Amino acid sequence: MKHTIAILVKDHPGVLARVSSLFNRRRFNIDSIAAGHSEKKGITRITIVTEGDEHILEQIFKQLNKLVDVLRVRDLPRETSVERELALIKVSTKSVDQRTEIMQLVDTFRGHIVDIDKQALTIEITGTQEKINAKLKLLESFGILEIARTGKISLSRGAQRILN
Amino acid sequence: MKLSGTEIIVECLHREKVEVVFGIPGGAIMPLYDTIYQKASFTHILTKHEQGAVHAADGYARATGKVGVCFATSGPGATNLVTGLANAYLDSIPIVAFTGQVISPYIGTDAFQEVDITGITLPITKHNYLVMNVKDLAVTIKEAFFLAKNGRPGPVLIDLPKDVQLAQAEFFYPEKDKCPGYRPTLKGNLNQIKKAASAIQKAKRPIIYAGGGIINSNASEELKAFVQKTNIPVTTTLMGLGSFPEEHHLALGMLGMHGTYYANTAMSEADLVIALGTRFDDRVIGNAQKFCPEAQFIHVDIDPAEIGKNIRIDIPIVGDLKYVLTKLLQFSENKLEEEWLTRIKDLKQRYPLKYKRDDQLRPQYIMETLYQLTKGDAIIVTDVGQHQMWVAQYYQFSNPRSLITSGGLGTMGFGLPAAIGAQIGCPEKRVICVAGDGGFQMNIQELATAIYNKIPLVVLIMNNGYLGMVRQWQELFFGKRYSQTCLAGSPDFAQVAQVYGGRGVRISSKDDFPVALAQAFSEKTFFLIDCLIPSEENVFPMVAPGEPINKMLGVNES
Repeated sequence: MKHTIAILVKDHPGVLARVSSLFNRRRFNIDSIAAGHSEKKGITRITIVTEGDEHILEQIFKQLNKLVDVLRVRDLPRETSVERELALIKVSTKSVDQRTEIMQLVDTFRGHIVDIDKQALTIEITGTQEKINAKLKLLESFGILEIARTGKISLSRGAQRILN
Repeated sequence: MKLSGTEIIVECLHREKVEVVFGIPGGAIMPLYDTIYQKASFTHILTKHEQGAVHAADGYARATGKVGVCFATSGPGATNLVTGLANAYLDSIPIVAFTGQVISPYIGTDAFQEVDITGITLPITKHNYLVMNVKDLAVTIKEAFFLAKNGRPGPVLIDLPKDVQLAQAEFFYPEKDKCPGYRPTLKGNLNQIKKAASAIQKAKRPIIYAGGGIINSNASEELKAFVQKTNIPVTTTLMGLGSFPEEHHLALGMLGMHGTYYANTAMSEADLVIALGTRFDDRVIGNAQKFCPEAQFIHVDIDPAEIGKNIRIDIPIVGDLKYVLTKLLQFSENKLEEEWLTRIKDLKQRYPLKYKRDDQLRPQYIMETLYQLTKGDAIIVTDVGQHQMWVAQYYQFSNPRSLITSGGLGTMGFGLPAAIGAQIGCPEKRVICVAGDGGFQMNIQELATAIYNKIPLVVLIMNNGYLGMVRQWQELFFGKRYSQTCLAGSPDFAQVAQVYGGRGVRISSKDDFPVALAQAFSEKTFFLIDCLIPSEENVFPMVAPGEPINKMLGVNES
């Protein structure tokens, strides 16, 4: 089963290496990893999507908590969280017709065209991973040149916060 | 007042009451060595290899319960610490290691003697630091000592660029430790402890499985009191030897791969296993699926990550053993399961440890004699291999910190330098290093350290001319194909000791051993006894890989 974990860490050099090396050496899986500043200065928020049964998840939590730079670890269940990922997709355009077709499509699924030239369009999509996967499938037939995805980030619904 | 980085280090070590540092200087750590040449409140022991320094710091820490400290330079000096840090990490030993680093503008340029030692030691230290600003130095050292000794102990490394050592800062040593990411749970949950007490009360065939955590937590007295009240038999791991007196009628000795048959059988028949400060290592549990098939498990540990890692636990308790055992004693009632104790007594009588008592100089005889002649009042430091298991089986440990051995990592070469550290930490104690002829040669250079510093160690070499434990496995599981285990070409170790300026004798007959040992004890100097033992002697009983622990090879019924 997939789990989304938020990890709040001290913003020290090498902290991401500490976290990812732990996953590697203990053979925990990383589906995606995203890191950025949190609401508090000096604290970074890392979101990891991982896969494993209850036992593995428990070990992931316990082992992460042992890292001195890790301040908090939380599981963010799907049902009670807002989840987003951002993707940039570069699609080749061979004709004006094709370009129009793509632009209409992007409009329908509420994406944005963020770059355009004669041979290619770059599309920005945000949404759940499923939504992005579905849109990618639609765009496949046009010829995808490049994809960049951020990995999932997630916040719990309501006023709750991890750090008080 | 402004101090240089190295003056800050020396001042911090003074405040942490560091008595001795083991190390070797080199380019990137020269400023620190220059400062200690001028003033230092601690003794510095120059080892001959950095691995010797870190193992000595480790032996010192195990013998005294204090934090061991070592210094090494950048690059190769730092990488030579790696094995010793991993060794301390796996056995939860508090060490603070300081390494020199190239000047900060050179970091990342593959400069001379540069390695990313914080990157290299990331998975084998409890935590590590690269100090880039001299202003952070004192706080970092304070935190490092705090982390090394609190919660589950472990090694911490501080990497010091040469320019940071030379830079100046206002000295301020924080009184309180500020480490928000590390808050170990010391007081076990009372409800869980009550639950454990009630399970213990209901159990018909309970057994205590005690590990090194009892020793780290200084909880031996609490364990004894608990056993006194509940009459529950105790088996210990290799790391737990000494936490409970082995001559006690409820002591079952060591369990696991080379444990006693009665301990392993009792574990397998138990209906309740009380695991205390131990981590269900594969050398202890054998086949995990068939481990204690009838038992419920209580597990007390200060490290929550150890609970449920290898074995599913019914009643977990996170906390310091000293606290938890004190509470458990309060909540427990007097208990005496006659039927179970009769079974235990019967097992102990029927399946004692056995070896051939002939006129040969057998290692088991050596360990028994060593026990008799020391009366158990000594610190035994071992290396790794067959001799280590013979010590564990035949020397009756009765005091915590009386066995110093590399358990988790199984580091050959650990014995001699660790014994040096132990003797320096406990000058009033008799320290005996037992090593094989293989492992001894992995840090043999530390003979110079021991003898030059007049460290009155007694070293016993179990010399069988082989990498004996590997040879044993080749005999049993690899069709007697003795691939590269014969140590032909080894010197006479007694002569080697003499060349370094110590005393040494080589013996090969049974009668010579007590005489040689008595002589070694009477001369308060470094004394090595090179014992030529039979090459084909094996460690039994033994659990073959993949088997449950009660299915052992080499069990003799008396």
